[in-house]
Amino acid sequence: MKRSLANWLESGAPWVWLNAGAVTLCLTMVFGLLLLLGVKGLGHFWPRPVMQARYLAAEPPATIIGEFAASEIIDASELNSISLAEDNGAVERQLLKLGNRDISGGDFAWVLTGLLEDVGYPAELAVLERREWGNQYGYLSGLRQAGAPVLPVEASAGAGEARWSELHSRLDRARDLRREIERIERSIIADINFGMERLRLEERRLVFAGGDSADALRENARQRESFDAQYAEIRLRLLELNRQIQRDTALLRIADGSMVEIPVADIVRAYRPNAMGWAESLGVYLARLIEFLSGNPREANTEGGLLPALYGTTVMVMLMSVIVTPLGVVAAVYLSEYAPRGWLTRIIRVSVNNLAGVPSIVYGVFGLGFFIYLAGGEIDRLFYAESLPAPTFGTPGLLWASLTLALLTLPVVIVATEEGLGNVPASLREASLALGATQFETLWRVVLPLARPSMLTGLILAVARAAGEVAPLMLVGVVKLAPSLPLDTQFPYLHLEQQFMHLGYHVFDLATQSPNVEAAMPQAFATAFLLVALVTALNLSAVVLRGRLRERYRAMDT
Amino acid sequence: MNSEELSELNPDADGVRPDPCLETRNLSLRYAGNRRALNKVRLTIPRQRVTALIGPSGCGKTSLLRCFNRLNDLVDDCVITGRVRLEGKNIYAAKVDVTELRRRVGMVFQKPNPFPKSIYENVAFGLRIRGIKSRRRLDEIVQESLSAAALWEEVKDRLHKSALELSGGQQQRLVIARTLAVAPEVLLLDESASALDPISTLKIEELISELKKNYTIVIVTHNLQQAARVADYTAFMDMGEMVEFDTTARIFTNPVRRRTEEYITGRYG
Repeated sequence: MKRSLANWLESGAPWVWLNAGAVTLCLTMVFGLLLLLGVKGLGHFWPRPVMQARYLAAEPPATIIGEFAASEIIDASELNSISLAEDNGAVERQLLKLGNRDISGGDFAWVLTGLLEDVGYPAELAVLERREWGNQYGYLSGLRQAGAPVLPVEASAGAGEARWSELHSRLDRARDLRREIERIERSIIADINFGMERLRLEERRLVFAGGDSADALRENARQRESFDAQYAEIRLRLLELNRQIQRDTALLRIADGSMVEIPVADIVRAYRPNAMGWAESLGVYLARLIEFLSGNPREANTEGGLLPALYGTTVMVMLMSVIVTPLGVVAAVYLSEYAPRGWLTRIIRVSVNNLAGVPSIVYGVFGLGFFIYLAGGEIDRLFYAESLPAPTFGTPGLLWASLTLALLTLPVVIVATEEGLGNVPASLREASLALGATQFETLWRVVLPLARPSMLTGLILAVARAAGEVAPLMLVGVVKLAPSLPLDTQFPYLHLEQQFMHLGYHVFDLATQSPNVEAAMPQAFATAFLLVALVTALNLSAVVLRGRLRERYRAMDT
Repeated sequence: MNSEELSELNPDADGVRPDPCLETRNLSLRYAGNRRALNKVRLTIPRQRVTALIGPSGCGKTSLLRCFNRLNDLVDDCVITGRVRLEGKNIYAAKVDVTELRRRVGMVFQKPNPFPKSIYENVAFGLRIRGIKSRRRLDEIVQESLSAAALWEEVKDRLHKSALELSGGQQQRLVIARTLAVAPEVLLLDESASALDPISTLKIEELISELKKNYTIVIVTHNLQQAARVADYTAFMDMGEMVEFDTTARIFTNPVRRRTEEYITGRYG
């Protein structure tokens, strides 16, 4: 027996098991994390049934309507409710999303499961997702056009169906009108504002410059008048559209039996979850998912989409790549090919490696001090003097965030590129030199092409790191809610000086800064899932690239 | 060239006294850490003949070979003293263009080292470096070089396939073709057949015999039979010193030095 144990130890099997175990553990943790985020985040978009019940703990007992959100078992002694005093064991309570925040003041409430009576899921129960104040639960009982009822207010089943189809057609109309309003605001009014701002700056510039500028100022005033006239015209059109969009309202009978009138224009989506089949639910799910990926955030980021964050992250990472790749590759080429092999080079290389370990917030402080205050301030003084004291580049923005992250990820690119350069076999360099190529020609035609995959690996690792970085960004350009995307129809189209939104910061904001924690939580999970999926995908492609590189060298060894 | 130097080269098997091509005088080489690899080497390589450098491992054969195309320049802290003359001109003179020298003195290494490019691009590499862009001219030279390296027939249908798909022997002949494409005067072969199977080795040896009509060839080899088969002249080196240099026939049948005889007969050490 002892003999066979010794044999087993000698065979190296424990070592293999240890290694395999470590790998399994790592994989389990990674996939577990993804699974948790995926289930919590993506499950959030699935329309859940809405419950109606009588709650006995209320005084007098009241009807409540809401969506189940969570449940837990607690000890009865923790409750200050006297109604359960006789039952000293564990009790179950559940968190319900009651909606109607504008009326009741709170979105969510804990109820004791044991005190719920007549629990049911009526098919007619409706969910109205609103632009403001969150969801509203109740029974759709009528529609009004300009104050006059459209359909008779009654409760028969057929009338209900008619009301729903009428509501949907009016929702479509409101959506079209809203699109038109947004188009006008986003393009025409933005154009006018941009032109007015340009005129104002020009005027200040003329005044600064002094001299005879009367003609120019007159021309300026004439243009401004034309803009004013345009604006007045557009304003009338907007007023008319806004009046039209407010025309329809929906009547909803809510849990306490009272009637609420909601403008159709304020409704994002209306559905009856208890009556929906699998396919209809999927439709709502997809619509909500698409809104999540392509919409603007609403209600302090707890609802709506995260397109600005997704977009801000992408643009920032792309800008950073454009900056960091040439810089890192050139630096690595110098270090590994041209720099004399001495103590100085060694110190530089060690320093570069150490830079990778500097806490990222330090980079943020550096970016704030050096890029924003020093470089940005100087740019403002030199090129944007007419808009001072309002800063243009002397304030956190997209460009500075990208530069700060480029600095942060520079060591990654340098180290990966240097490794790639070092992996190019000496025999190939010698072959090239022996054919009469200069050192530069050898580098350009033989060494760099072979090191390309590892440069890409470095870049992708840098991108993955940058995409997940939050701390330095808070100092150099990321905000909770950016009024507009840093990309629009105004020259120069990509506004590098603007502040932007970012997925990582969005998660932080949802998780810790939200006024409505329960509502924000699923959104935070979904955002985190998106971020982790993005970073994982980038890292996986790095692994694939590395694999290809190695294959290339294997082919050369034989 | 004076008569004293000419007299060093004994007539070959046909009784012809060849012209010198490469000459070294007092050539010493030290690597970092004061390790002496060559000690006052004096050697005259005959033009359009095959000269073999033989000797035990670490005797300085490869170091000497890499002096002929100044590849040792790449090694840090490598100190070279003495003279190496190619066609009478000192190649270590200050104004010598090293890339031009390396074009004139081509080198084939021990392991086949084709670039991870197509067969065509491998051969065209040196030409592109020289700035030859004409497609027709490139095609021409690629075909000539591959034919000269006895590889054309085997690869003419897959010129644009990766060179790494070729067998080891084919790769080595491709490397020879790549070297021939830049039209060198001297070919240095550093144990170029040692990593190959016997049939490939035979092909390379046949190729060497063929090439010596147009090129001065210097080979480094551990294989004494190979030296005896392909070389016209043989130099025996030991401990960084040139022990004996003569026609192959005389080195193998009637060496003057005792050390040479011991090495040739396998009693060395």
